Amino acid sequence: MPVLDILVYPDERLKQIARPVESFNRELEDFIADLEITMHAGPACVGLAATQVGYPQRIAIVDVSVKTSIKNHGRIILINPEITAREGEAVGREGCMSVPDYTGNVIRAERITLETLDVSGNRKLYKLEGFEARAVQHEIDHLDGMLFLDRLVSRRNDLFRRKTYK
Amino acid sequence: MNNWFMLTVVGKDRPGIVAHVTTALYEGGCNLGEASMMRLGGNFTIMLMVSYKGSASALQEMIESVTSSLDLHAHIDRIEGELHHHIDPDVRITVFGADRAGIVAKVTSALTEAGLNILNLESDVGGSEARPIYIMHIEGCATEGIGPLQSALDVVTLEGVEAKLVPVETLMG
Repeated sequence: MPVLDILVYPDERLKQIARPVESFNRELEDFIADLEITMHAGPACVGLAATQVGYPQRIAIVDVSVKTSIKNHGRIILINPEITAREGEAVGREGCMSVPDYTGNVIRAERITLETLDVSGNRKLYKLEGFEARAVQHEIDHLDGMLFLDRLVSRRNDLFRRKTYK
Repeated sequence: MNNWFMLTVVGKDRPGIVAHVTTALYEGGCNLGEASMMRLGGNFTIMLMVSYKGSASALQEMIESVTSSLDLHAHIDRIEGELHHHIDPDVRITVFGADRAGIVAKVTSALTEAGLNILNLESDVGGSEARPIYIMHIEGCATEGIGPLQSALDVVTLEGVEAKLVPVETLMG
């Protein structure tokens, strides 16, 4: 099982919108195994999307359990994932295997409800928060052709941002 | 082979400073590296990494007409251009309170002793002229962990400033 090559910005393939997974078979299982090995090969990497290895299907893995002090669900496999509810917002620092040597501040929902399929096509529901919720939002962005660079906020003004009331 | 220089520019703020300075550099054959540019108390300040094949004096000459026409003061130092080796901060500290002399010295001395390496510090004076407040953001590396930094801040806050420390957990995905 190989470590896959990771696409690096400005590779145009990172902007592809990934297609939904339709077949739940051995090929899918093998790909997810490779994706997981590739994720663990990256230093401190807590998530990886299929788009990042040039496989434009709606598949990603998140596993923040290496950060032992952070509440987590262990390894989460995302297949055709949807965020069905968002609550709160928080600024946090993100980097990306596809954007070497740069990290920046990004605003994400603080808590999310995630609906996804597992490797056998069974529906799963997760309530996630904080760092783990951030990781899922970062990976789903990849499936929609977005990088954290698309969501950067200024480091000078992020803490005292004026609240907008609607 | 190009050399790296740090170009420092200071002058009274007005529109167009960045565009004029960087255009002169571009037309003179320079490449730009990392930069910090901001308005500080009505002045515009630039710290800019410039890569150039010539000498510091040739660089000074290149921007001479722009700096004199915009009434800017420029200073150039030869530097090592260490790109692609960013250090990620693991702690963010915000300090604020009624403005008075010595806040920065006291807070940063206490933090340095507790193992903080400052990567980035930005501060503003807000409030009114009669009652100014001082706000400072620091991002840095806690080389001895978060605990000693929090203890240092606890001591500093006894003197009347407010301080908040947040660990920065960078997500790599």
